[in-house]
Amino acid sequence: MSNIFNSMLAWVDKRFPLSSNWKAHLSEYYAPKNFNFWYFFGSLALLVLVNQLLTGIFLTMNYKPDASQAFASVEYIMRDVDYGWLIRYMHSTGASMFFVVVYLHMFRGMMYGSYRKPRELLWLVGMVIFFVLMSLAFTGYILPWGQMSYWGAQVIVSMFGAIPSIGETLQQWLLGDFTLSDAALNRFFAYHVVTLPLVLLVLVFVHILALHETGSNNPDGIEIKENKNPETGIPVDGIPFHPYYSVKDIVGVVVFLIVFCGIIFFAPEMGGYFLEYNNFIPANTLQTPDHIAPVWYFTPYYSMLRAVTVNFLGIDAKLWGVILMAGSVVVFCFLPWLDRSPVKSIRYKGPYFKIALTLFVISFFVLGWLGTKSPTPLYTLLAQIFTVIYFAFFILMPWYSKIDKTKPEPKRLKE
Amino acid sequence: MADSFSINEEMSGRRKFLVAATSVAGGIAGAAIATPFLLSMMPSERAKAAGAPVEVDISKLEPGMLLMVEWRGKVVWILNRTPDMLESLVKVEGQLADPNSDKKQQPDYAKNRTRSIKPEIFVAEGICTHLGCSPVFRKDVAPADLGPDWLGGFFCPCHGSKFDLAGRVYKSVPAPTNMVVPPHAYLSDSRLLIGSESEGSA
Amino acid sequence: MKKITIALLILCMAPFGVLAGESGMPLDRAPIDTTDNASLKRGAETFVNYCLTCHGASYMRYNRHRDIGYTNEEILSKLVLTGQKVGDLMQSAMRKKEGEEWFGVAPPDLSVIARARGADWLYTYLRAFYRDDATHTGWNNLVFDRVAMPHVLYELQGEQRLVVKTSDKGEQKNLTLEKAGQLSATEYDKFVGDLVNYLVYLGEPHANARKQLGIEVMIFLLGMLVLSYALKKEYWKDIH
Repeated sequence: MSNIFNSMLAWVDKRFPLSSNWKAHLSEYYAPKNFNFWYFFGSLALLVLVNQLLTGIFLTMNYKPDASQAFASVEYIMRDVDYGWLIRYMHSTGASMFFVVVYLHMFRGMMYGSYRKPRELLWLVGMVIFFVLMSLAFTGYILPWGQMSYWGAQVIVSMFGAIPSIGETLQQWLLGDFTLSDAALNRFFAYHVVTLPLVLLVLVFVHILALHETGSNNPDGIEIKENKNPETGIPVDGIPFHPYYSVKDIVGVVVFLIVFCGIIFFAPEMGGYFLEYNNFIPANTLQTPDHIAPVWYFTPYYSMLRAVTVNFLGIDAKLWGVILMAGSVVVFCFLPWLDRSPVKSIRYKGPYFKIALTLFVISFFVLGWLGTKSPTPLYTLLAQIFTVIYFAFFILMPWYSKIDKTKPEPKRLKE
Repeated sequence: MADSFSINEEMSGRRKFLVAATSVAGGIAGAAIATPFLLSMMPSERAKAAGAPVEVDISKLEPGMLLMVEWRGKVVWILNRTPDMLESLVKVEGQLADPNSDKKQQPDYAKNRTRSIKPEIFVAEGICTHLGCSPVFRKDVAPADLGPDWLGGFFCPCHGSKFDLAGRVYKSVPAPTNMVVPPHAYLSDSRLLIGSESEGSA
Repeated sequence: MKKITIALLILCMAPFGVLAGESGMPLDRAPIDTTDNASLKRGAETFVNYCLTCHGASYMRYNRHRDIGYTNEEILSKLVLTGQKVGDLMQSAMRKKEGEEWFGVAPPDLSVIARARGADWLYTYLRAFYRDDATHTGWNNLVFDRVAMPHVLYELQGEQRLVVKTSDKGEQKNLTLEKAGQLSATEYDKFVGDLVNYLVYLGEPHANARKQLGIEVMIFLLGMLVLSYALKKEYWKDIH
């Protein structure tokens, strides 16, 4: 039995680098042995990606990208297609969980300095993945053509109109019409199901390649490759990803699935955060809902968009809002060069960084919460304060990370 | 690559058992996940509603006339056969591939010479059993193109298959079997139900 | 590190405490139980008799009501009133154009109205109509000001009138029953409760099946958790 297997494998290996890739990326890919809770989210992001692709393909079998039929076709999937409701909830819940997982994945990188040298490019590819993910979420949210789909898209597309001189033309080019209509729905569908998933797949592949080139970071933020066994050339603190992290990730996957299925089966709307109530009303081009808010994962940036209420430096408030909103996401790209600390991990960083990161997380959540609310003078003031804190985390980083009192890094992993 | 995860001799019994058990559970999970996806590709409730049985009024169907109705997006023929036509069914039997309708292409109540409930009324899906074209009703006897032996029947223009007036296939034509008789029933003398044998499911 | 984790977890919970509903009027709690088939059937028949004339439920098929314990024959005799087939969608008898002419707006489709508005809102709304001569229809509503729909159920509920009390706490709006209807106040509440219960079912007919399947999935996953954790422990013995 194993003889047949081995000879088949040898046959394949002569024609395709199967064993060598298996070894390079799994059974002889040495990962630091001290991965903790935060290191589950990379593989979970892959799992959610597979979920989105699979359920997405099955949804396109019945969805109609047509302004007059889109809403009905979603309800058709929910009612008339066998298990259509399950596939749709897997997709809608998967969209939100994608952001949960990716935000935690990014936060892990910020805590342990995973963006630092030599992983700058890995981080940048990750950021591009994040932008693509946001575009996917945005284009996907339009497809049910409910009230929130329509008016959310209206708001986002109008932002392009804020760009001086070319804004209006750009907006019409994006929409293929003078207003948000069937033409836009049809092309956003094309982006959502073909263009963006293809780009995302390529980027994820590149992200993993880059990771396996530099090797994984770890909670201690030290390079295990600098301490190799002189005989074998294997890092002394490294263990083969497979089987050790594959069996560990299975546990992570099962725990994740318990949460994921809990939402799908018992709270698919997640209190209006994953599926917004107003999106159960078909798009009405004549009437905006009383209260519109983007889905939760966009609300921090949305808050910043609304936070600017005055013109200054000769730029009007609308454009400032757009600049801040775009800036709030793009600014992550500069992290590798903003962080001047001699150590990578939060374990050895000083109090300034810990305070700064805590304030940043708080401002992210407060801005997110404010984004779900109708603006009042108090809320707008809060949004302005926390926008300043949010950006201060990045802009002041070269200063506070440098003067911070760090602890010495260990030579070997601690656990 | 077989070294670390497949069950091998050096592994402890506990480890072997856990790998096997987890693999089996994973396999069950995979099958369970695949099921709803595969089922979602079956005809939906809309398709089922559109494919519901159809009721046809045949009181105005004169002898010798063919009525076409749609059921599940397919054409269904209802042919009122004249006594001459019924006679022809006996005459052609020598040339047929399955004159006794032994192959299950009809409900049991239509497994007879006329392949029908009432001898004169013939109900069949108007689809050639070869590759799905719809044959043409040719009631003219001995036309030039079909030869002197033709006593009326159905001729498929796509690949030349021939059927008699009970939808039975001739020998030596591409079509392998007789035409399909769908489930049907008479709700009254003139009301014919196609697609089901009882009214409740209408 | 630990502290940050805890702070994060607490912050994760924070936004979920606040729901998106921001209507000014306090809403009454609707008595919802989508496993109560008797209530759902009463609601379904009310819906067909009173609502379906103007509103459609055009994503719902009549034969779907087998979910709540009807047979096809019962569906045909009790729900399908307009000579349609049992597998047809529940279309309204009224055309969209006519609705616009009669009410100013086309009556919305009600298939997913309970998911858009929420059961409590519907339950309050259907009990909050009052006489108002200033409006086009002669009716107004406490939770939906100047609603285009007249009070279809007024023969059952009777006629209410608005009483506004001004105290130092501000304005207080209350409704009093001025002319009794065929049903007592409790009977009417129950009648509307059944209807709203049905609307909740109508919004998501598979909801009960979903929860049922969910329990089975959860049990499987818990078993899987035990197994995979044991496997992980077994392998990680090599490391520690």
